[in-house]
Amino acid sequence: MAPVVTATSSQPSRPKLLRIAWVLWISTGAVRYSHVVTDGPGALMRGHCSQRLIPFRRPGGRKLRNLTDVTSSAWPAALSAARLHVVSGKGGTGKTTVAAALALALASGGRRTLLIEVEGRQGIAQLFDTPPLPYEERKIAVAPGGGEVRALAVDTEAALLEYFELFYRLGMAGRTLRRMGAIEFATTLAPGLRDVLLTGKAKECVNRRGPDGRPVYDAVVLDAPPTGRVVSFLDVTKAMADLAKSGPIHSQAAGVVQVLHSELTAVHLVTLLEDLPVTETLETVDELTAAGFPIGAVIVNRVRPQWLPDRSVAAAANGRVDAERIRAGLSAAGLDLPADVIDGLVAETVDHAVRVHAEGIALSRLDDGPPLPRLELPQLVDGVDLGSLYELAETLVEQGVAVHTLSGAAS
Amino acid sequence: MSPARVAPVLDVDALLDDPDTRVVVCCGSGGVGKTTTSAALAIRAAERGRRTVVLTIDPAKRLAQALGLAALSNEPGRVAGVHESGAGRPGGGELHAMMLDMRRTFDEMVYAHAEPGRAGTIIENPFYQTISSSFSGTQEYMAMEKLGQLAATGEWDLIVVDTPPSRSALDFLDAPQRMSNFLDGRMIRLLSAPARAGGRGLRKIVGAGFTLFAKAVSTILGGQLLADASAFVQAFDTMFGGFRERATATYALLRSPGTAFLVVAAPEPDALREAAYFVDRLSADDMPLAGLVLNRTHPVRAQLSATKARDAAEGLRGAPLAAAVLRLHADRVDLAEREERLLSRFTSAHPAVAVTRVPVVANDIADLDGLREIGSRLAAGDSEEPAAAAPGRALRSAR
Repeated sequence: MAPVVTATSSQPSRPKLLRIAWVLWISTGAVRYSHVVTDGPGALMRGHCSQRLIPFRRPGGRKLRNLTDVTSSAWPAALSAARLHVVSGKGGTGKTTVAAALALALASGGRRTLLIEVEGRQGIAQLFDTPPLPYEERKIAVAPGGGEVRALAVDTEAALLEYFELFYRLGMAGRTLRRMGAIEFATTLAPGLRDVLLTGKAKECVNRRGPDGRPVYDAVVLDAPPTGRVVSFLDVTKAMADLAKSGPIHSQAAGVVQVLHSELTAVHLVTLLEDLPVTETLETVDELTAAGFPIGAVIVNRVRPQWLPDRSVAAAANGRVDAERIRAGLSAAGLDLPADVIDGLVAETVDHAVRVHAEGIALSRLDDGPPLPRLELPQLVDGVDLGSLYELAETLVEQGVAVHTLSGAAS
Repeated sequence: MSPARVAPVLDVDALLDDPDTRVVVCCGSGGVGKTTTSAALAIRAAERGRRTVVLTIDPAKRLAQALGLAALSNEPGRVAGVHESGAGRPGGGELHAMMLDMRRTFDEMVYAHAEPGRAGTIIENPFYQTISSSFSGTQEYMAMEKLGQLAATGEWDLIVVDTPPSRSALDFLDAPQRMSNFLDGRMIRLLSAPARAGGRGLRKIVGAGFTLFAKAVSTILGGQLLADASAFVQAFDTMFGGFRERATATYALLRSPGTAFLVVAAPEPDALREAAYFVDRLSADDMPLAGLVLNRTHPVRAQLSATKARDAAEGLRGAPLAAAVLRLHADRVDLAEREERLLSRFTSAHPAVAVTRVPVVANDIADLDGLREIGSRLAAGDSEEPAAAAPGRALRSAR
């Protein structure tokens, strides 16, 4: 830190310069923005990114799906027939973001979807930049082509009270009980009860029909607990074994079990091309299969482009980068850079190659696993705002994500 | 960039070397690298001469192997291969590591606190078995309990604690209280025998509603579960005082000046938001925050703007390697810019929080050298010195 006078002294201006460069780049039309009107809270901005100059490529000469190339293996017809999309993934893989993008994608072209969160973290509200969601279904976004996304943050305690109200008239006592912690206590006593209520709520939304007799939602997307807990979360049968052997909740649970194990449901797993998330994904696939849940797609999130030619990756990952060739190539383009900058570029190239190499290994582990539909979402450099959600949804639509027309699916 | 936005640099070595630092707690939301960070801090502290123990929660397999944690032991074991010379300090350090076994920790607590003869009854209770293995706060509670035990031995210069992989960092602080409320037995007595327990006053408030609720709960949960729960709570009652005392003592330890919380976050919006919540909470509870570890950053190593690099790449013909290098550099500049933007958002809301950035290591940590590398990155503090950091690193990797 101390010996780096030149670097630090020039540093303060650098981020500012970058920001200017970024803005200039946007204003040249490399990134287009268009607006979509919404009556949800806050105006939504829809961003398009046409950054994809070169298709992603991976080691081993395997060419990944070009993102504009709709392949049936990415989203087979069976997934279009599913109405309940359960999204799970290891912590930190972007599960909630992917669930939201999926809800948007499935709503495009005039559909209506419901995005449900169950962990009480208000992740949806943060993502869509709205105030915390109450326990009610609320329109939060307009999808491309006139569809709409509603959101529901399930509050377990409220759900339990709601449920009790169906069978026992608690009246005003409900609120007092809640304040006393009695509701939390009851769900703590039997953790399975909590899960039964949450999956029960999702199933009710899937099955609900409007006055015209058609389902209210074309699809329901459930932002489920992370991979470590998702199987026990879905395993209503097991949870019920801990509860009373008869009673109202039992008959409801039977219906939930039926939906969760039918083709109405698809459990999607979000992963990154890293060792641990891939390991957890493969383990969860096995667990889900063993428990008899229909697995949907593996969604590879934050995919970054590979710029190095395949043949250079292995050598570069081992630190072998021909700095002289780079210098000469740059010089030919009129870019004469000082030695320290070249050294920096070499270091970045090694980092890039090491990452690409590790991603290739992760990818081949997925390839060697059970054959499953696979979707990919790019890493968005500006991926913090609402516009990026639309971008991700669009990428999903381009890969074939859609719902069947209801006349076909609803029966 | 305005100077107000620049966060103070977290001096990790000063923190680890300070003999007054007795406990370091690594917190953060799931998937940010808490376990690896804890292990890297612990080995660094040990090799700088402190007798250190690291309490890990559910480490990845290879990390566990690197630490010699083949199986759950629930007691610290010495880690082989640590350089114990202690950087010239007399005495030398040591590293011990353990992996939390929450069930065993809970059992041990029961044996330690229950009246003789009662412990067996409690441990065999089916309800206890549920609570000790799958209650959502048990892991956090037991991590705190284990920390309390390790601190009580007085054997350690430094205890480094990893926290359970919950969605929210706050769970670590909240779970013990929730668990404590749950175990205090008032509610279960109300539910299992609402007519007798709770006193008239409470019954009057909730009135008939409660009777109905109790009935509903017992219909849903089943008589057996309630009976088990009730038996458990009765048996537990005698030792509850001891439990609460310990929880209070551990909480006090966390608030003492010898403790340092490190909040770990990835440069992603969710993780930084959780980190912000946690920082606010620590300050509200007067808990000692040492700083933020911004993990897995992608600092720029070459001073060249993204635009310039992309333009040059467009114009390059016949030099694919150079073009690729320019493009990957431009992406990296964008990514670094995004990470700095996210961090400055955090920093402008929490200007006093010291930060250290840990540049990403592409491969998973498989051995002690990998942990040492993370440790030196942690200690390098602010690594946003593009040109400076590059040459040595490039030469090293080029050989």
